[in-house]
Amino acid sequence: MADGASGDAFVAFERVQKSYDGETLVVKDLNLSMPKGEFLTMLGPSGSGKTTCLMMLAGFETATHGEIMLDGVSINNIPPHKRGIGMVFQNYALFPHMTVAENLSFPLEVRKIGKADREKKVKHALDMVQMGAFGGRRPAQLSGGQQQRIALARALVFEPELVLMDEPLGALDKQLREHMQFEITNLAHQLGITVVYVTHDQTEALTMSDRVAVFNDGRIQQLAPPDELYEKPQNSFVAQFIGENNTLEGVVQEIKGDTCVVKLDSGEVLDATPVNVSEVGERTRVSIRPERVEFNKERLKEGVHTLKAEVVEFIYMGDIFRTRLRVAGNDDFVIKTRNAPDQVRLEPGSQIEIGWLPEDCRALDAG
Amino acid sequence: MSTLKGSGPQTSDAPTPEDAFHEAAALDAREGEPPHGSGNDGPVLAADGTPLKRSLARALRAQKMRALALIAPLLIFVLLTFIAPIADMLFRSVENQIVRDTLPRTVEALADWDDTSGELPDNAVFDAAYTDIFLAAEYKIHTRLGSRLNYELTGVSSLFRKSGRGLDDIGEVYLDQLEDLDENWDEALPWAELMGTADSVAAYKAWVEAEDKARENDEDFNDPIPAFEMRDGIADVLPRTAEMYSRFAEFVRVEDEDSPFEEEPWTIVLTRLYEDLRDGDVSSYDGPRAEMLKAADELVDSPDFQTADLKSTFEEIDEDWMDLAVWRTIKTYSPAYTSGYFLNAVDMQKTPDGPALRDEDERIYGLLFKRTMFMSLVITFSCIALAYPVAYLLSTLPMRTANLLMILVLLPFWTSLLVRTSAWKVMLQQQGVINDVLVWLGLVDDAARLVMINNQLGTIIAMTHILLPFMILPMYSVMSTIPPTYVRAAKSLGATNWTAFWRVYFPQSVPGIGAGSILVFILSIGYYITPEIVGGTTGTFISNRIAYHISSSLNWGLAAALGTILLAVVLILYWAYDRIVGIDNVKLGG
Repeated sequence: MADGASGDAFVAFERVQKSYDGETLVVKDLNLSMPKGEFLTMLGPSGSGKTTCLMMLAGFETATHGEIMLDGVSINNIPPHKRGIGMVFQNYALFPHMTVAENLSFPLEVRKIGKADREKKVKHALDMVQMGAFGGRRPAQLSGGQQQRIALARALVFEPELVLMDEPLGALDKQLREHMQFEITNLAHQLGITVVYVTHDQTEALTMSDRVAVFNDGRIQQLAPPDELYEKPQNSFVAQFIGENNTLEGVVQEIKGDTCVVKLDSGEVLDATPVNVSEVGERTRVSIRPERVEFNKERLKEGVHTLKAEVVEFIYMGDIFRTRLRVAGNDDFVIKTRNAPDQVRLEPGSQIEIGWLPEDCRALDAG
Repeated sequence: MSTLKGSGPQTSDAPTPEDAFHEAAALDAREGEPPHGSGNDGPVLAADGTPLKRSLARALRAQKMRALALIAPLLIFVLLTFIAPIADMLFRSVENQIVRDTLPRTVEALADWDDTSGELPDNAVFDAAYTDIFLAAEYKIHTRLGSRLNYELTGVSSLFRKSGRGLDDIGEVYLDQLEDLDENWDEALPWAELMGTADSVAAYKAWVEAEDKARENDEDFNDPIPAFEMRDGIADVLPRTAEMYSRFAEFVRVEDEDSPFEEEPWTIVLTRLYEDLRDGDVSSYDGPRAEMLKAADELVDSPDFQTADLKSTFEEIDEDWMDLAVWRTIKTYSPAYTSGYFLNAVDMQKTPDGPALRDEDERIYGLLFKRTMFMSLVITFSCIALAYPVAYLLSTLPMRTANLLMILVLLPFWTSLLVRTSAWKVMLQQQGVINDVLVWLGLVDDAARLVMINNQLGTIIAMTHILLPFMILPMYSVMSTIPPTYVRAAKSLGATNWTAFWRVYFPQSVPGIGAGSILVFILSIGYYITPEIVGGTTGTFISNRIAYHISSSLNWGLAAALGTILLAVVLILYWAYDRIVGIDNVKLGG
């Protein structure tokens, strides 16, 4: 699970709990530490506690229990305005009665920075987000994307070492969002700032972050770099939540070192990598990524178990083909194949055999 | 990508107005090409060839008519109950036709009189006044004019009332002498024979005979009295008499619903007869009643005949008629429209030398206007100070609690205004709850109880309480639309609680303050009931004075002028507010 607090951590949560009503915990025993310069994303469904964590870090919510450390110092009792943390809000929260330049100048003014310095920094921050010409505008006169840039610039203008972002791209259209993802990560790495980013969009999390913390039910389910998160999910929630995933349910029949044999409820048998199953007879949910399923017999390794499948639907998606199969009584088994010149297009109704490498098939908890 | 904005390749945002401008400029600048395409010649046409604007208007007409029909009942209601009374009030504040309508001849005759000469008007004016006031008294409208002019000069009311009665004296001098000569001069029928056509007189006599016969036979007789008609030639012989008699005949027919055949004429007709006989010659007259008329002519021409002097009769009725001020007042207020009410409303009056300020001890309205404005401002600021924290609290509380507290705020709305004001009277008076508590606590000596009512303090306290919801509601509705993220953002940027409030929250709540202030100020500037009850003499508003003139002194013109000034002040303040704060900044709700 999550890393424990380590000595050189820049931001650390230590056994943090949070309850609003005194009856249920929104955040249960959170432990998290991140080094300086990391881009960490908190990912999870709504109500999973990720935004609450962010608000506790920013100082707008107090932890019911536990310590939050910033640069080695507990900040539990430091009010938000003294924490020096930059923040980008979901709806930008640009002050509507001020111009763009005044918005950016605000954090500098409250820090009593001289006028000349202020103007220089504002200009620099605006140039940084390519909005140099918009200083005189009001936020209402800007498009969503432009407001987003200004909100980013405002959070960065006073040069904080830690910047929090609460679903900053939620209101943008797909194309713009992808573009901004790229820009934000670039900026973060250029400036060497530490970023805690909250989103419920897994693509965003995977493409932007150094590490992703997957939240569910008030706990971090897995904290790992994107590739590890995708390819080696630690439990069935993470497997389901990140990317597309095929699941089959069954019982562990045999464990041999780093492989195991699972007997599905339909009676068929397959090979898998045991992740969080430990004994024979335990119920498990195996998970296979659609692009790792192979139906070309020649490419399958000798001796692996194969399953019978019936093609239900073939969907042409341009770069890939998406084929829906009926496997072991499951109608929603999907495979994805690259649209290559020699790729086979499966006909609905045809019977095929499918298989995979045992390391791509992970036997997880039954959920 | 576009380099127009100089914003680098990352800008894939929606086009800005600037883009459009640049594109348009670029289009126009296309080398040497005339700046219009084929579509720019003449109006744009719809598919069927009619101009697009006209087709659009036609398409929208049904929609507009429907909208109009929906608002029509309210529109009519507002027109009748709001716009029309205001228009009437504006008109009344300058309208002054009563003098001209009641004393038409006098007004005309006075035009030649120089009111700065220091001399009384000449006989022609007195003669005109005799006629006008006599007629007005017959129509019973002279007292109305008397009260109107009494606003300008005290005593005119009783002067006119007396004169209405006394002016009969003049005609009676002549009536008495002519009656002694021939009793027929005080009879209805002989006069009618002298003045009327032979046909109408014959018709009347036939009617009388028929009535007598019916009475003898005990039959019902309901035929109307035949109409009286003036004879054509009589005006040549007795011009003034004929004119006045025809007025009399008209009056008897319309007002009394009687007939000149059966009513003896007004005494003023005798005066006119005397004048005609004195100035004219009736020797050639050979119509009906010629002998009676000729005998009267002889009497009038005889040296023994007594005449009545107009001026001295007026003086006998009331010495005030010899006062120049009376005649000046009539002359000053003779135009159909007057600025007199407005001058009065700003403590000025008309004098022969033009408008001038009234004497110090007669000035009242300037003070009242100033007091009204000042107290309304104080009330508005008290309301802001009390309402802001409440509205802030309401907007930050969870919905359920906020709704509960909102009921408490609205509770006073469900109580009668009169009850609330009277409650303040109970609270604030010297033997009231607050004083009792203070005395009991020993903070105030029993002999020196605080005076908190029947003065400005009482009005301010009671009205602040009564108008408070009007401040809280707009403030609340504006504040509840300010997302809490703004303040959070400000704090995350390093602002202290106070800075976040003052620099970020407060400016966004200003529209609510503005809306509430306008509402409270305009309401309080015209408030009437509360100042009337708790204001005493020093805490009353201009509206109390307006009410006094509407219901007690009945000087509606002055009340209208005061009301018009009040309306103008409100509109000017509204305009000033728009210039300073901007009316689009005023929000009553989200």
